[in-house]
Amino acid sequence: MELTRRQTLLTAAGAAVAAVLPLRGYAAVEESVATFTGGVEPGSGGITLTAPEIAENGNTVPVEVSAPGAVAIAVFALGNPVPPVATFNFGPLAASQSASTRIRLAGTQEVVAVAKMADGSFVADRKEVKVTIGGCGG
Amino acid sequence: MADGVKPRVKVPKQASAGDTITIKTLISHKMESGQRKDKEGNVIPRSIINRFVAEFNGETVIDVTLEPAISTNPYFEFEAVVPESGDFTFTWYDDDGDVYTTTKSISVG
Repeated sequence: MELTRRQTLLTAAGAAVAAVLPLRGYAAVEESVATFTGGVEPGSGGITLTAPEIAENGNTVPVEVSAPGAVAIAVFALGNPVPPVATFNFGPLAASQSASTRIRLAGTQEVVAVAKMADGSFVADRKEVKVTIGGCGG
Repeated sequence: MADGVKPRVKVPKQASAGDTITIKTLISHKMESGQRKDKEGNVIPRSIINRFVAEFNGETVIDVTLEPAISTNPYFEFEAVVPESGDFTFTWYDDDGDVYTTTKSISVG
């Protein structure tokens, strides 16, 4: 395929946007996640975050977190004005380290769940949620 | 905002010892996020429930910290173990200092 000047420009612009967007996201994640983990880089595996791929209404998006053996699970919505969403602390009578709730998402963004395991390590899972109507009011 | 707040909790009435049961809780609360503005452009102050605790006979099942990103009428679903007959106590803590409590009994046998 022959590249025209227009196509080349478009591709370059797309690449630039793609390169900048995740950087912004990561900075926000690291800040809010670090306050929960105390600066420890979370690993992966052992935690499941269930969220819809497409949420029509950002005012109420059902999410479920599950991390067997976790002491606490924190959920972050990176694109929200206030990224922390909720922290679940499990007591001795919790049958499973899982919980579901409904959250607000301001727009299409990544949702991250970080679990603190009993041995003090951290694991994370993330899901991209497309939001049709944002849920932060106007 | 103490008016119109009504907790609703679903707990099975009976279980066997050591059983895992699913608990569903919902409390009617507008969960004003502090991000919205009224018609004049003034920010509507934040007014949310900031903590939810579920206990069984004094032992914690789950203790949740809520942020403004939790939807209106906060809903939680989780699982608990019931070692013996007793009472589940559910407590919600409002930003304005109000505390809403509801209790459900379960018999093991």
